[in-house]
Amino acid sequence: MSVSAAPRRGTLRVPLGLLVPAVLGLAFLALPLAGLLLRAPWSTLPQRLAQPGVLTALRLSLQTATIATALCLLLGVPLAWLLARVEFPGRRVVRALVTVPLVLPPVVGGVALLLVFGRRGIVGRWLAGTFGITLPFSTAGVVLAEAFVAMPFLVIAVEGALRGADTRYEEAAATLGARRWTTFTHVTLPLVAPGITAGAVLCWARALGEFGATITFAGNFPGRTQTMPLAVYLALETDMKAAIVLSLILLTVSVAVLAALRDRWITSP
Amino acid sequence: MTARWTRTAVVALALTALSGCGGGAKANGPAPSHGVTGTVTVFAAASLTESFTRIGKDFQAANPGTKVTFNFAGSSALATQINQGAPADVFASAAPANMKTVTDAGNGDGTPVVFASNQLVIAVPKGNPQGIAGLADLTRPGVKVAVCAVQVPCGAAAKKALAVAGVKLTPATEEQDVKAALAKVKLGEVDAALVYRTDVTAAPSDVDGVQFPESAQAVNDYPIEVLKIAPNKAGAQAFVAYVRSGEGRAVLTAAGFRCP
Repeated sequence: MSVSAAPRRGTLRVPLGLLVPAVLGLAFLALPLAGLLLRAPWSTLPQRLAQPGVLTALRLSLQTATIATALCLLLGVPLAWLLARVEFPGRRVVRALVTVPLVLPPVVGGVALLLVFGRRGIVGRWLAGTFGITLPFSTAGVVLAEAFVAMPFLVIAVEGALRGADTRYEEAAATLGARRWTTFTHVTLPLVAPGITAGAVLCWARALGEFGATITFAGNFPGRTQTMPLAVYLALETDMKAAIVLSLILLTVSVAVLAALRDRWITSP
Repeated sequence: MTARWTRTAVVALALTALSGCGGGAKANGPAPSHGVTGTVTVFAAASLTESFTRIGKDFQAANPGTKVTFNFAGSSALATQINQGAPADVFASAAPANMKTVTDAGNGDGTPVVFASNQLVIAVPKGNPQGIAGLADLTRPGVKVAVCAVQVPCGAAAKKALAVAGVKLTPATEEQDVKAALAKVKLGEVDAALVYRTDVTAAPSDVDGVQFPESAQAVNDYPIEVLKIAPNKAGAQAFVAYVRSGEGRAVLTAAGFRCP
């Protein structure tokens, strides 16, 4: 309690050199949102929401972003552990490779995915020939594109949490005879759970907003691969108001989910 | 049989492209230009990238002291930018609808004129391995097709052509613009795509074009107009005149457009 009271008393003494840029930064981030709210067609909002396709796209977005996040957790947490806990040659290179999707324009990422998982791609050809699976233009393709772009957010967050965690607990477990796997599942994971949650939330949010890699790799087909960002982009071609409505829905849903999660898990007690 | 059909179609395509409006190239003579100077900013549809870049260079050569700068993007995005006050001199749209957005907002100066038109063809991988000969072949099982989304001009044209042909097509994807649809053919992800003839002309080493009669019912007109906001009105007018001159028409025709 005393910890949270101290900074509150200090609010009056926030240096101007920090306060001014902080407020400017907030305005910069929040003003575009205000722009959307001001231009939204409030009177026709109910009819626009009821239009077929809106809910389909929203449902597809939520489903694919969630599955993509699960996929990222499954692969990303072990990768983060490897980067944080194991010394191996070329670790710096691996760490740099993990961030490639962050710097790569998503459209280029989509093309790269096509070259690997596409019908003529190295892996895609084998998948099609052996199992008859084709990923482009499928919902699975959407998940793949979103996971590709969003995984770095998870890996970086979890690796940071692992590096910040006290390794003495893991050492104690090892001293007591716990195997490395047991230590990982019973000590490490609970220890960095808040970091994993934060990473998963970032990852989910990025997957939900994904546009470039999705439209390039998975294409655009209503009900199958047309997520909300794709619907927004295409609505913008003909009807700016429809695009604003779709953006607001996506924003509302994502902010609601993020706020709920934040209260429950991310804020430390 | 099918291979020969394709070849015939490609030759026919080349011939129609040549006969489009090249005939008037010499007769019309050079565009009038009386001491035009300064920068001319042209907002032009993405499908005009190659031909307008060329026309811009020719225009600069014909009018020393001028500089043409381009903003190539989707016509609807350009219309939005213009209506939000972007300082452009000329707008060349890939569809009358996007031009109408600009003129309806009172941002046009004069009346838009149609300077070119474009028609759909079926783009297939080089050699036409699936033997696609017309729209009906696109519905064959196992044939994956990319079309443009109906919100963009090439998608609206494709919808019209398919309706005229009475073909019910379920595409693999509805792409956000014509170049994206073409890219899916180039990458081998689809077996065919409905694109503009100019797109096939621009990628002769990657794809073949298959013409189909219904495309005549879904011709896309390209209007051009000087804008009210134009900082360089004289330059803008000279550029529009140049596009419509013999030189401009020759470049457009070579790219696969038809000129009125």
